[in-house]
Amino acid sequence: MSLITTPNLNDADGTFADLLAAHRDLSLEESHALNARIVLVLANHIGDRDALKEAFALARLDASQG
Amino acid sequence: MAYDYTPFEYIPPPGLKAAEPRHPVVIVGAGPIGLAMALELANHGQRSVVLDDNNVVSVGSRAICWSKRSLEIFDRLGIADPAVAKGVTWHVGRTFYRDKEVFNFDLLPESGHKMPAFINLQQYYVEEFMVAACQENDLIDLRFKNRVVHTHSMPGGVIVDVETPDGEYALECDYLLACDGARSPIRAMLGLDFAGETFEERFLIADIEMTAEFPSERRFWFEPVFHNGQSALLHKQPDNIYRIDLQLGWDADPEKERRPEAVIPRIEKVVGHSDFRLDWVSVYTFQCRRLDGFVHDRVIFVGDSAHVVSPFGARGGNGGLQDVDNLGWKLAAALSGAAGPALLESYDRERTFGADENIQNSSRATRFMTPAEGIERLFRDQTLELAAAAPFARSMVNSGRLSTPCVYPSKGPDDPRLPPISRPGAVAPDAPQGNGWLLDELGRDIRVMALNCRYPGAFEPEMNDEIRARYLSDVRQAVYVIRPDQVIAARFIDPAPGAVDAALRGVLEGAI
Repeated sequence: MSLITTPNLNDADGTFADLLAAHRDLSLEESHALNARIVLVLANHIGDRDALKEAFALARLDASQG
Repeated sequence: MAYDYTPFEYIPPPGLKAAEPRHPVVIVGAGPIGLAMALELANHGQRSVVLDDNNVVSVGSRAICWSKRSLEIFDRLGIADPAVAKGVTWHVGRTFYRDKEVFNFDLLPESGHKMPAFINLQQYYVEEFMVAACQENDLIDLRFKNRVVHTHSMPGGVIVDVETPDGEYALECDYLLACDGARSPIRAMLGLDFAGETFEERFLIADIEMTAEFPSERRFWFEPVFHNGQSALLHKQPDNIYRIDLQLGWDADPEKERRPEAVIPRIEKVVGHSDFRLDWVSVYTFQCRRLDGFVHDRVIFVGDSAHVVSPFGARGGNGGLQDVDNLGWKLAAALSGAAGPALLESYDRERTFGADENIQNSSRATRFMTPAEGIERLFRDQTLELAAAAPFARSMVNSGRLSTPCVYPSKGPDDPRLPPISRPGAVAPDAPQGNGWLLDELGRDIRVMALNCRYPGAFEPEMNDEIRARYLSDVRQAVYVIRPDQVIAARFIDPAPGAVDAALRGVLEGAI
């Protein structure tokens, strides 16, 4: 499976709002830990090491900007 | 060219000399919502008196972006032609983050609609066109410099005390429509709570006249280097007037910031030169609030008096016009006796739903533009960082979403094999019809529309690709029941005996 980088959410604004809501009332340190757990949960859901490696490279920006 | 704010004539009202007969409808406020309300009621054959404490159109551009649905409503009110002719449109939007353009988009209009996706047009032009239409209409009695100072409820109606340059008089009416804006004096007179969220942020809004060539684009800057890292927005309007919105921060002093010596240097940095004239400046804070209910016995709130949103996403004026669209035919039916009180209660149910959707959209855009320090800002900034590299992140960048009419939750009979775009609760999508358009054909009464089949008394549109795609999909035939506000009430592929009649009754009972 190759990484999907085109819009793939049925409600992008709603998902963004949900993400901020998940962080509500957390300290920065707690948010940082929450983000790590979210990444692990989503990585398991995706279940494809190659796609995840592409995602990590894209998110690093340095490797992906052409 | 600066707009000519010629005052409208004040004419001493008859009520100063002798008590006036009771009026069916008194509308408070001659802004776009009050004027549209009067025109819409007149379309349904109902008289109204419109009272305004002022005698000029609104000063400054204010509501500038009119959505496709608003233009379709304008068309029914008879002002779409001058509005579209005068308005300007843009297709290209550019989004900048710090010193770089991160992406741009081209809004290609969908074909097969009479009206464009939106136009930019200053509110004062919309009011000017509406005032002219009202003054030509015998059913509308428009009174400037008539200020409501008291309201008293009475059985089955309302009495208002009105102040004029020549003294006070009283008016009796069956229904009082409060279209008197965000600071609604009527709302205050009724002591109603206006609950919601105030954003701790200030924006400067400026209209400038600039004759230099400047592309007809929308530009939005997140953290531009020329403005101390705060958001900026530039929009084109008619008459070489450009609208600029600049985030100032909560600590800014509004009195100081609105002075020309403070404003002009900021604008020079946005447009890159000083060859412009400052036309209008205002400083505002955001609020997203609404009344619990919009119908209070015989007083009905419409537009900003009922709900206010932050300006990004153009949901103030457009949202108010959808209130007008929803209320007009219902109030006309209540006045003529064709419907009972349940129909007016459905205005409250449907438009509080619409207001909540508008508030949600505006709040999200505002939050994206002005994130709280900490995790909100982190996610916002990193979405912008990703936007240049990944298309999905561009769809998450939120500098305001184009206003589209809400789809009301509907209990109307439906058949899921028909296309989702025209499901019950949605506004009927337009389509070409010969040399005209479907929405014009539907008119302003309840309609039954039969596609590729016969139904007694039904309107049978001409079949073409757009009609098929928007109303049939792969299905051979269908019967639609469409409300006077062009909202789909019910649809069937092959209606059972009595089903269409039941739907028609349901429309007048406010059930669907």
